[in-house]
Amino acid sequence: MRAAFFGGVYSNWLALEEALRDARGRGAEATYCLGDLGAFGPHPDRSIELLRGRGIPTVQGNYDDSVGNDRPDCGCGYTDPRDNHYARISYSYTQEKTSPAHKPWLAALAPQLSFEHEGRRYAMVHGSPRQQNEFLWETAAPDHLLERLCGDADVLLCTHTGLHWQRALPSGKRVVNVGALGRPANDGRTCVWYAFLDTEAEQPFRFVPVEYDHFRLAREMREEKLPEEFVETVLTGWWTTCLEILPAKERLRGRF
Amino acid sequence: MTGLVRLGKQGPAVRFRWLDALWIQVTGTLCNIACRHCFISCGPKATQVPVMSAEQIERALEDGRELGMRQVYFTGGEPFLHPEMRRVVRAALALAPLTIVTNGLLIDDGTAGWLGEEGAASRYSLDLRVSLDGMTAAQNDPVRGHGTFDEIVAALIRLAHAGLSPVVTVVEHEAGFAADASRARFLDFVRSLGIQQPRVKFLPLLRMGREVRRTHGYEDGAALAEALLLPEVESQLLCASGRIVTAQGVYTCPILIEHPAARMGDRLADAQRDLRLAWEACQTCVLEGLRCNT
Repeated sequence: MRAAFFGGVYSNWLALEEALRDARGRGAEATYCLGDLGAFGPHPDRSIELLRGRGIPTVQGNYDDSVGNDRPDCGCGYTDPRDNHYARISYSYTQEKTSPAHKPWLAALAPQLSFEHEGRRYAMVHGSPRQQNEFLWETAAPDHLLERLCGDADVLLCTHTGLHWQRALPSGKRVVNVGALGRPANDGRTCVWYAFLDTEAEQPFRFVPVEYDHFRLAREMREEKLPEEFVETVLTGWWTTCLEILPAKERLRGRF
Repeated sequence: MTGLVRLGKQGPAVRFRWLDALWIQVTGTLCNIACRHCFISCGPKATQVPVMSAEQIERALEDGRELGMRQVYFTGGEPFLHPEMRRVVRAALALAPLTIVTNGLLIDDGTAGWLGEEGAASRYSLDLRVSLDGMTAAQNDPVRGHGTFDEIVAALIRLAHAGLSPVVTVVEHEAGFAADASRARFLDFVRSLGIQQPRVKFLPLLRMGREVRRTHGYEDGAALAEALLLPEVESQLLCASGRIVTAQGVYTCPILIEHPAARMGDRLADAQRDLRLAWEACQTCVLEGLRCNT
């Protein structure tokens, strides 16, 4: 089986389009989106329409729950005032620009999806199975916690952090954070990432970098008067906001 | 005791969700300094909460692992006064990410060096939360002690050189410390020390312990008695997903370790239950947004 798993689209419809094309080219028989369609980028309806138009099964992220249900904030789980300041800007933009026609669809998305293949159960969530906006960072998620979160799943797929990683657990189960299509992985590269499953491969999951027209995205973000700090991230590959939630090791890998 | 009033059984209920943060009071109330705003009156002669043995700490870590803890915090007192600090740091990092809450004064080149080694060798993040209560000695030293500013700054630089990313923790002992402009100045100050990814955490004052003598205690003791707790506030409180283990048992949170009525049991498994916000100090978490997590 070959399948593609995307997360954290953050209105980056250009990267989403490119990732869908890339996954098709790799022979993906199934494609799943793990939520957070809006935030950060421009024109939120475009990403939603790409997913809805293709009937791609989508897990509800905290952003989708908030926009779909007109909640007062995005529920991203930031704790720092500066992070919350930028979260408010992108949330009010996304909320205003998302068509009312899409909101019931966002509100009705399932918090968890799963499938079985060759006797193995794959569970897909946005943050974690117990909390939609729980951050599962590579250096802050202990093995014993991940074993517990897997429950009866053999493979747990999640996103929400914006950084991709995977770990085989002592029990043989696996956790895959599929990363984000919405913005770069704070590594100084302008590409974004998704996870690709090939059950015939020796290493079943691999992370795929997606190059897209990030100059066009930056142009559209500026036209929409989104913060220049967001544009800088798109153009440089370094995070400039949402930094205070990063664990120490992840923080040290970035520039800021 | 310490100016803190218990409100009785009133106060909003907090549902215990799961064990997220395991706090361990590794050195009890033993500290090498006696800050004038310390909320549990720690100091060189403060033995009201004893130092834990390495075995007690390791047992707490194992209990936490069995309950699915997500992160560990070492606090005191001053954790680096613990005679087997390297052993217990290694034991914690083998299981989970670790934050050490410290005044920084005992972090010499050798200590920074081994912390850097342990941090690099571990799969999990190691955080040092270093208290610094101002951007100048004139701001910091009146509360933390004469000469401490220069020593803390030197420790921050040593930690950064050792490859760690210290979190500067600032108590709002002066009005306006946590305002946006002040936060930006603190970040610039930490950056000026050569720390490229500055991290600064502000904490509101707890009006208890030695702070009562410096300024005053809580003035509206009943502020929370009739309060309705919003679910999004309740779920973020430390007591909704954290507990602290001390040499004297398990308590609701790090603020209340001196108060027998806040003791929840002998072992962590005894303390996985709902509680009520029955203390004046709870208003600092609910109304002023105190979050002890890194």
